[in-house]
Amino acid sequence: MHLLTADNLAVFRGERLVLSNVSFALSNGGILLLRGANGAGKSTLLRALAGLTPLAAGTLRWGGEDALEDMPEHARRIAWLGHLDAVKPALTAAEHVGVAALAAVGLSAYAELPARLLSAGQKRRLAIARVVASAKPLWLLDEPTTGLDAASVAQFLGLCQAHVAQGGMIIASTHLDLELSDAKVLEL
Amino acid sequence: MIALIGRELRLSLRHGADTAAALLFFIIAGTLFPFALGPGPTTLSAIAAGVVWVCALLAALLPLDRLFGADFEDGTLDLLLLSGLPAYGVAFAKTLVHWLTTGLPLLLIAGPLAVMLRLPAEKVGLLLLTLTPGTMLLSLLGTLAAAITLGARSTNVLMPLITLPLMIPTLIFGAAAVTSPHPAAALYMLGAMLLAALPLAPLAAGAALRAAAE
Repeated sequence: MHLLTADNLAVFRGERLVLSNVSFALSNGGILLLRGANGAGKSTLLRALAGLTPLAAGTLRWGGEDALEDMPEHARRIAWLGHLDAVKPALTAAEHVGVAALAAVGLSAYAELPARLLSAGQKRRLAIARVVASAKPLWLLDEPTTGLDAASVAQFLGLCQAHVAQGGMIIASTHLDLELSDAKVLEL
Repeated sequence: MIALIGRELRLSLRHGADTAAALLFFIIAGTLFPFALGPGPTTLSAIAAGVVWVCALLAALLPLDRLFGADFEDGTLDLLLLSGLPAYGVAFAKTLVHWLTTGLPLLLIAGPLAVMLRLPAEKVGLLLLTLTPGTMLLSLLGTLAAAITLGARSTNVLMPLITLPLMIPTLIFGAAAVTSPHPAAALYMLGAMLLAALPLAPLAAGAALRAAAE
């Protein structure tokens, strides 16, 4: 039984039909990687799955129910990592996610540092820490490894594997060949 | 919502210059009138309430472009909309923080400014009584305007063009309550407008936020 099912989704960006007839299904512990050229609609699909962008057609179901009917409820099961880090320069790293979550991404040493002093890669790790700390079942990740070095990418992959091992689900757009076992790929 | 309000207040404290700029603008704009019109108590006391009201209105506009602008630019708006709070809840939290960091300080400074402008002492309390719902209305309508103009190219121009006409009824009844011999009716009107804006402005602002996020 699939927990999340998308049937014939279509999404507009402005007046342009970016996606049509997109279907997939995902069960607990599943990973779906979105691939495609620039402008193929990977980010748009992620935003539509989060409910940030409305669907022009199709249905998104969670446990058989319309997932987008109750947006606050849908939001409570989604951990979102957009292409922007959503990091506030004036807040410290610890104020963003708490000290415990920083350890997962190797940022404990920077806990009391204002985020404006972090590098781009560290800010991305901080954003990843927020996803990990959310403890929500569905991670929606838009190019999550942007700006990360090889060690940080490996650390991120470990966090993903741990999440799905606990029954979580991940949908991520990526240009890289992420080494995630049993990941499905959706070409857009 | 409490966590969001706490975080926004912390951010406001870290960006204290924004709040200070609004307060300094309020004081400086108010003190320009005696220089332009002369220090005569008759003239000043006649216009003091109106001057304080207009200056408060203009000062409250200053922080509005950053109310959602920074969140929109750095991706935080998406997180806010996915926080589990309904969009109108996010808008209400932002409104409350705007009032706490701008409206309330303006209210505290309005008394001394009014005295400096020779407003009769017995009218100062009434002025503050009108400014209490008045500044709340400024925050509610200002938040709505900030949400509507989010993502627009000329936010700085659009913001006052949308907010100022919306604020005209508040300004009329607020200033009238202080100068009228029978202030009760104007105060009731301010209260009624606040009661109407309290649910409606966040609802409309929430819808505008969702539209901007699309």
